[in-house]
Amino acid sequence: MTSVRIAGVGLTPFGAHADRAGRELFASAALAAFEDAGVERRDVDQLNYGNFMGALAEQQGHQAPLMAEAAGLSCPATRYEEACASAGVAVREAVRTIRSGEADVVLAGGMERMTTLDTGKATAALAIAADELYEVRAGVTFPSAYALMARAYFDRFGGEREDLAHIAVKNHANAVDNEFAQYQTEITVEQALDSPPVATPLHLYDACPITDGASAVLLVSEAYADDHGIEAPVSITGTGQGGDNLALQDREQMAQTPATEIAAAEAYGEAGITAADVDFAEVHDCFTIAEVLAIEGLGLFEPGEGIAAAREGATTADGETPINLSGGLKAKGHPVGATGGSQIAEITRLLRGDHPNSDAVDDATVGVAHNAGGTVASAVVHVLEADQ
Amino acid sequence: MTDHTLDEEVATYDEWLDAIEAGEGFYLESPEGHGSLPPRRVCPHSGATDLSREPLSETGTVETYTVVHVGATAFDDDTPYISAIVDFGPVELTGVVRGVDLEAVAVGDEVGVTVETRETTDDRLVVFRPA
Repeated sequence: MTSVRIAGVGLTPFGAHADRAGRELFASAALAAFEDAGVERRDVDQLNYGNFMGALAEQQGHQAPLMAEAAGLSCPATRYEEACASAGVAVREAVRTIRSGEADVVLAGGMERMTTLDTGKATAALAIAADELYEVRAGVTFPSAYALMARAYFDRFGGEREDLAHIAVKNHANAVDNEFAQYQTEITVEQALDSPPVATPLHLYDACPITDGASAVLLVSEAYADDHGIEAPVSITGTGQGGDNLALQDREQMAQTPATEIAAAEAYGEAGITAADVDFAEVHDCFTIAEVLAIEGLGLFEPGEGIAAAREGATTADGETPINLSGGLKAKGHPVGATGGSQIAEITRLLRGDHPNSDAVDDATVGVAHNAGGTVASAVVHVLEADQ
Repeated sequence: MTDHTLDEEVATYDEWLDAIEAGEGFYLESPEGHGSLPPRRVCPHSGATDLSREPLSETGTVETYTVVHVGATAFDDDTPYISAIVDFGPVELTGVVRGVDLEAVAVGDEVGVTVETRETTDDRLVVFRPA
């Protein structure tokens, strides 16, 4: 399978930017990616743009051409919407388009503006990723859906709130030096345990924050990189996508996420790797329990063993398989339509050695990105590899 | 293209709520025995399209639950409340548990299903009560 080179990446700081229009956020990330890549904007063949709730949060539909204009691009632009996996899908389709030979240069990424809504309205907006008839009308929210999965996991495999607290502590510790992270502060297990309940067993510190931000990833073909002397030492060597029933009630069980397993199998297969080859990963930890489900679905831990991974130090920065060295969605923040692109950007920086946490993975060559939509009714997995 | 009309026999979501409310709850069953809930033209498990209406069991068991302390705006006056997914055999239902203390619900509890209204709005709501 032909690999696709990551020529450059760009991010905005993640946080509360309610006074900044979405177009400005995305333009900032895009311009940073072009500066990083040394690629001319006129060479871009298309924009693949991820966004989930812009129509609700910013009363702005038809965002893709707006974002192309904002970034100084004159090329076809399409919005991808797959809930919180929107940018992951935008990146995946960019990879597939370049592999097909239809394009040599694609800008992929996304933007989300969420702090324009108060907590109740943001909760309602996020909930539209669930089944409207059978979940939203029954009072299911984004946190409560993951709480239902957490309880199902505990019931099947065991585990307790303190295991989840260690995941939050780890991801906050990883974000301390990340200049793009929303929370560059450490927390303690006691703080996490003492935080107020959102949907039991999940409490406030089990949840990612409400975030504004944008991501941009400039992808080029091998031929374009060679012809233009682009230094791009990191490639996407595998991409995969899986799906599942939208509503939890229609799934075989709720303690595992087969969409992730399907996506990982496809991505690993394309890259010619197995889970044992993965040095580190950025996974979709919208809630602490989601990190557990992700690392098990990716095959990095056996079912039932992911719950203790952070507590036992296996996934900390100095552990065998560091997870979410960026701080993850939990501490870095989760502008939902941008997250999948930001994961690719963080892994690229970690592999190139220009990330504040690169020292934790200085011998690494393989990083995996896992981006999930809703309660993992969609999952996108990418394998990134650095030139040896 | 052989048929340009929608099949009137296909149950809608509101008809399903009406049936539960009347004590005549049903689910859709495929020839292989998989269950699903309306509106369905295709069984989500088997892909079968010849689905029959079968009576829903009067009671089910709580498979998982959560006590929601931060709800969506449309549930402001309902919060806090218990959300649960209940196993009725061939199908599972999602709804709100009423009639038990917030801390008293447990996986495995036996409950029945009814249709009531939200506290916040007059929208109908799938409700589970102790059997």
